[in-house]
Amino acid sequence: MKAETIKALQDARTERRAVTLATRLSDAAEALVYLDKAEGALSGDAAIVSAARRAMDIGRSETVDIGGAKIFLNVYVPPARLIIVGAVHIAQSLAPMATMLDFDVTVVDPRGAWATANRFPGVKVIQDWADEAFQAMGLDASTAVVTLTHDPKLDDPALEAALKSDVFYVGALGSKRTHAKRKDRLSEAGITDEQFSRIHGPVGLNIGAKSPAEIAVSILGQIVEVRARRLEALSAPKVAAA
Amino acid sequence: MSDALDVLDQVGKWKASGKGVAIATVITTWGSSPRPIGSQLGVDDTGAMVGSVSGGCIEGAVVQEALAAIKDGKPRMLDFGVTDEQAWDVGLACGGKVQVFVEKVN
Repeated sequence: MKAETIKALQDARTERRAVTLATRLSDAAEALVYLDKAEGALSGDAAIVSAARRAMDIGRSETVDIGGAKIFLNVYVPPARLIIVGAVHIAQSLAPMATMLDFDVTVVDPRGAWATANRFPGVKVIQDWADEAFQAMGLDASTAVVTLTHDPKLDDPALEAALKSDVFYVGALGSKRTHAKRKDRLSEAGITDEQFSRIHGPVGLNIGAKSPAEIAVSILGQIVEVRARRLEALSAPKVAAA
Repeated sequence: MSDALDVLDQVGKWKASGKGVAIATVITTWGSSPRPIGSQLGVDDTGAMVGSVSGGCIEGAVVQEALAAIKDGKPRMLDFGVTDEQAWDVGLACGGKVQVFVEKVN
């Protein structure tokens, strides 16, 4: 591996870009394959570039045989990101647990008294309205959004923005009654029934969670499940076709 | 934080400080294996390690090969296969097999 390759992989992580490193195992020649470009000694080989993009698509590293040469495709996808809207008590359990599960966690809340770094050690805290913060961060398909404030002023703009993006998970804290009222409000704001149905609400798996930590477990259980099912769905047909 | 990139961060630092460095990567697994494909171990020319390619059982052998790769610059393919009884002893789950690619960082 070249030192420049390491630098490129680090840059891709910072920019949240997916990249596959293709390495020919006979001589360690490489190509860095992105969605829109390919670099390195092997980047002129169309079969390698296409195999690398397929591996990136399904998010799975593997060794493939191309023209008699063994090529290892190592997929580096940006870490899944969890954006928690509402720097509340549940968020204080959810943030460290999600960090343990390798999520890149950001807590967003416009209220200065809540959105403080010392309430959330080790995670990013943004004191801003969710829709503004989302615009700056850019929501993508490896992002999950959970709203926890119980306050429509804070939750609704966040849900609206999340539903218009391709985030893989949207969850909203609140009872069935709260959720029904939320549906009315968001429909007035132009959210279709189909878009609204993407919201997991009441949020989390039904495990009888009561305490903030238990609720955090139920939310994370659901996020992990949704992500795993989605990866299964992505990989199954493409493997069959190959 | 992504595990593999944490390894590369340390490897990049070693390289930048002028050390000889190699990277070992799990490229194939059969049966149940403790670390998934793509798991990496970085090794510097003093034998210091970062990351892992197994539950700890094959790292010793991998470090030896990594040191050799740092010296001669040639990539290497290492196969570790274990029977069920050995598997328990060395910490690979039942019948696990792994193939590890070792290369110098240039």
